[in-house]
Amino acid sequence: MSLDAAMMRATAPAILPGSGGLRGALSDLFWRKPKVLLLLMLLPPVLWLGIVYIGSLFALLAQSFFSIDEFSGLINREFTLKTYGDLFQAANLDIILRTVTMAALVTLASAVIAFPIAYYAARYARGRWKALFYLGIMLPLWSSYLVKIYAWKLILAKEGILTWLLAKLHLLWVLDAWLSLPIVGGNSLSVSFTGTFIVFVYVWLPFMILPVQAALERVPGNLVEASSDLGASPGQTFRNVLFPLALPGIVAGSIFTFSLTLGDYIIPQIIGTSRLFIGQAVYSQQGTAGNIPLAAAFTVVPIVIMGFYLWGAKRMGAFDAL
Amino acid sequence: MTSAVSFQKASRHFGSVRAVDAVDLDIVPGEFFAMLGPSGSGKTTCLRLIAGFEQPTSGSISIFGERAEGVPPYRRNVNTVFQDYALFPHLNVLDNVAYGLMVKGVGKAQRHKAAEEALSLVRLPGYGARRPGQLSGGQRQRVALARALVNQPKVLLLDEPLGALDLKLRENMQEELKSLQKALGITFVFVTHDQGEALSMADRVAVFNDGKIMQVGTPEDIYQRPKTRFVADFVGSSNVLPPDFVQRYSGQHRWGSLRPESIRVGRAAKGVASGEGVSARLVSTNYLGATTKLALDADGLRLHAIVPAGTALPTEGEAVVLTFNREHLHLMDEPA
Repeated sequence: MSLDAAMMRATAPAILPGSGGLRGALSDLFWRKPKVLLLLMLLPPVLWLGIVYIGSLFALLAQSFFSIDEFSGLINREFTLKTYGDLFQAANLDIILRTVTMAALVTLASAVIAFPIAYYAARYARGRWKALFYLGIMLPLWSSYLVKIYAWKLILAKEGILTWLLAKLHLLWVLDAWLSLPIVGGNSLSVSFTGTFIVFVYVWLPFMILPVQAALERVPGNLVEASSDLGASPGQTFRNVLFPLALPGIVAGSIFTFSLTLGDYIIPQIIGTSRLFIGQAVYSQQGTAGNIPLAAAFTVVPIVIMGFYLWGAKRMGAFDAL
Repeated sequence: MTSAVSFQKASRHFGSVRAVDAVDLDIVPGEFFAMLGPSGSGKTTCLRLIAGFEQPTSGSISIFGERAEGVPPYRRNVNTVFQDYALFPHLNVLDNVAYGLMVKGVGKAQRHKAAEEALSLVRLPGYGARRPGQLSGGQRQRVALARALVNQPKVLLLDEPLGALDLKLRENMQEELKSLQKALGITFVFVTHDQGEALSMADRVAVFNDGKIMQVGTPEDIYQRPKTRFVADFVGSSNVLPPDFVQRYSGQHRWGSLRPESIRVGRAAKGVASGEGVSARLVSTNYLGATTKLALDADGLRLHAIVPAGTALPTEGEAVVLTFNREHLHLMDEPA
């Protein structure tokens, strides 16, 4: 230690003077009362959420309790449950049932496909391979949704690459047999529910992989070893340790895949049959039909379904390991 | 008699790293065996070879006479207490302990009864309904122990199980583990980097360095009669003496070791160096409670001495004379 340094230390004050001015005063205020800073930071997003977001949602909900005058086509702004009653007409109920079934199947398929990918990424991928994994998952999300869907329309079309590939493999009969089935079949994959399903799974898969991967990442590797050490076969380890601990991630992912499928109206319009999904019903009711109350009532359906879904997931203990 | 665990020229290499390098080892059934060494010395890899988490690159491993290469962990009647316990966070304590029995298909009532008994064994009766997250470190350690013991393993492996506990708790657990092992008669294989822990608990100790076993023996063997400089230095920080120094006192040109507590420190007689002792200078004193550790400089050779607290001490920098009983000077096998 030099003499100079010792001299400087001896003459230095123990408490430094404030920097003065408004900035100094504000810094001191925020340090003494951290909650003031927190309030200032949270106020704009809370106002945005509270007024613009929740507000417009309630405006929409309010619409669903109005009804439309069938002769004049004008909206009758009086409280009524008639519009909700309309939801239970056979044609509308059909739309709801079709959408929910599709969402459930898409979610199930996404979970089954996502788990091995997420497991590999969380457990084995390191360094460059991990970067490649993230790139592979994120890259489709960076490209336009519409471009991807039209690309799939070409892939699934009768003259498309999939048909060509199956013909080369002499497996065209499998495709034809599948397309001849009722409901899931059609003239080609691009105009069948199977096509809609494939594209839904493709588009929402990243939203399932990422949360499952995050959940598996948090499972310490030695829990798998401990399970094996205690005599559990790999299958038992999956059932008793990995799956329960990954469940919050699967539920988080399924909230995305399920709700996004419930609300989407573009995919079934471009790829699929002429039969409607909820999103398309909302689109046509508020547009060409001009029936805003029924459109609003239709949008309430996914909200209610998701509410029940989350409640069920919570009861299943999906959030216990969080 | 067949060994509980036997390594024949067992190696585990990771690329160019020889984590375990041609190790021969025999662990006697029913003994408390400690694997001691610094981090990266291969002791944990040896444990993982026994558990089955690693497979030997070459050589063979048998457990109670049965060849274990290629046998997955879940088919070995061996259980592990992990360093950070590895309790399942989504199961309560009782289900954690009963896990091994559950996957073997033991009925719920029976396995819960066995788990309850195992919890009493580790002095945690009635803790079954809690979650691992609600327990202290010491309690988690006991749960991990119960979870392994409930399976009645042929060998129990403990991977630095006391590392995360504070000093007082660690000493209690050492005693408890020791008496538990005596009572159950299960072979314990205990990995640690703490020589005090290894010496106080084990029937026999293997000292590891660089993937090889340096010496195997009773704690007394290891402590009093180290074979190599590494063992002398690592176990109890013995003074390692160069061959030239040793020759003056024993007549043999070999490396020697001298325990710090074997050195007596006296004030140098005025001016004259006494013929018997080693003249040195006191560099620093380090108060340790029951004892005081002295760092000494004997003509460039750094030595340590430990004296009981309360001994009148020379001041730092003062010239001193060191004496020791020549029987305490141990000659090592390591060539000069």
